Amino acid sequence: MASQIVVVGGSLGGLRAAEQLRVNGWSGALTVVGAEAHLPYNRPPLSKNVLVSPDISALTAAELVDYPGVALRRRAQVEDVSFVLDTQVASAALSDRSLLTVDGRELAYDGLVIATGLRPRRLPIAGFDRHRHALRTLDDAIALRGQLTPGTAVVVVGGGFIGCEVAASACRLGCQVTVVEPFAAPMLRPLGAELARTVQTFHEDKGVSFRLGRSVSTLAGRASDPATLGAVVLDDGTELEADVLVEAVGSNPNVEWLAGNGLDLSDGVLCDNMMRVEARENVVAVGDVARFPNPRFGSTPRRVEHWCIPADTAHRAATTLIRGLSTAENGDRDPAPFAPLPSFWSDQFDVRIQGFGRTEHADRIEVLEGGFAPGWVSEGVVVGYFRQSTMTGVVIAGGTPAQRLRHKTLLEGVG
Amino acid sequence: MKVTVDTAVCADHGQCIFSAPQVFEFAEDGKLVWEPSPDESLRASVEEAADVCPVQAIRIAD
Ligand SMILES: Cc1cc2nc3c(=O)[nH]c(=O)nc-3n(C[C@H](O)[C@H](O)[C@H](O)COP(=O)(O)OP(=O)(O)OC[C@H]3O[C@@H](n4cnc5c(N)ncnc54)[C@H](O)[C@@H]3O)c2cc1C
Ligand code: SF4
Repeated sequence: MASQIVVVGGSLGGLRAAEQLRVNGWSGALTVVGAEAHLPYNRPPLSKNVLVSPDISALTAAELVDYPGVALRRRAQVEDVSFVLDTQVASAALSDRSLLTVDGRELAYDGLVIATGLRPRRLPIAGFDRHRHALRTLDDAIALRGQLTPGTAVVVVGGGFIGCEVAASACRLGCQVTVVEPFAAPMLRPLGAELARTVQTFHEDKGVSFRLGRSVSTLAGRASDPATLGAVVLDDGTELEADVLVEAVGSNPNVEWLAGNGLDLSDGVLCDNMMRVEARENVVAVGDVARFPNPRFGSTPRRVEHWCIPADTAHRAATTLIRGLSTAENGDRDPAPFAPLPSFWSDQFDVRIQGFGRTEHADRIEVLEGGFAPGWVSEGVVVGYFRQSTMTGVVIAGGTPAQRLRHKTLLEGVG
Repeated sequence: MKVTVDTAVCADHGQCIFSAPQVFEFAEDGKLVWEPSPDESLRASVEEAADVCPVQAIRIAD
């Protein structure tokens, strides 16, 4: 009889997986191993409130973990789960059902949950480490916050959601902010040209500058002090004054510890629609690291880097794993296809952009409600994303919460 | 079951309303309102609502 499930990764996905295992009746031992020193906490505020709120600017990481909004609620059922923190799993031997941590501990498991998420990609340029930041963890946010003082020249490389949120936060703190983005508009892929340009103009009105169609070729020190970052040099030779550089150029899945097991790790961990890893009964994956097919959008397995997915995949993965571990129940019923509706939001200055479904690769984009005239921030604009006449996504920018709610229901039947 | 929402933290995401429409809704003025002592039969959906709140503003006590 199986006796221990180990969850590797102690963030949103890991916590929700542990909770769902208990909710679904797993009464055996349950251990969560996490690389960070903190219990699971909420990441979205890191690029928003944690950077800008003056009332929390003096809090330490340990205090912020419990701060409203940053704290993740833990269900009572996980009280007896052991959290092994500040420890990374170095390698896994799936055929032996054992894990090895970087500090040399061996952990045997009967069931394994992979919840190791992502880490930021970095620019392949050496030097100026003290002035370069990426944002994934609470410790990252605290380090960055300390440098965002009024008048500081901040260059944000990457105009995706996280880059634009950091730009807005730094601008609110009185920094002089420039976003460098290789595409023709920030957030172009998820939003489409028209909405992306509208949000760009909104940022510019608040004081953020954009260098579009450009990338970074090198970094330069100051004339007075060559050891301190002074400028970011772009591929067209332009030098942008920079005291601080924020790299928001995407992420890589944390999968190296799974190497040597014959798994497809080409973009996260490949799972089936049950969140089972390559047909193994006792290994599942959840959250940002999991690449799985969503029948709503065809059969291609994809990773989804949105907050709602760790909880959705944890539900599915927990029932799959418990079924896999209890031989008695094997094959008794075929569960319904797992087709979660992806949803995301992004808060920039005082505007919320909230989306549902898939917006990339649309072949037609249509304004369903409102428009891009001045006033869109308060009135709200609703944009539909279509592929061959099927609506695959909707984004609402600005407007009221009730308006956003109404449009999600539009998508319930989307496929 | 007692449900409270930290209204200082609630950021009107509305996710709770999808998970537990019997308990949470937006009032006419756009503010979130909720049933503070929902029936025990709604526990699973209220737990769900608390899980999916992006700012984790919902508390459940017995
Ligand atoms: C700054 C920021 C802002 C965001 N804002 C939004 C937003 O507004 N809206 C939205 O929808 N989404 C947002 N997201 C995305 C959302 O936070 C993620 O989708 C979510 O955190 C994914 O959770 P996860 O548990 O899958 O992975 P992660 O949160 O990445 O957790 C993985 C954990 O595993 C640990 N780990 C990695 N390797 C190992 C190992 N070998 N051994 C042990 N532990 C390991 C890591 O240290 C980490 O703690 C934001 C993300 C960031 C970083
Ligand atoms: S999900 Fe959370 S933030 Fe959103 S309305 Fe409900 S309580 Fe408020």
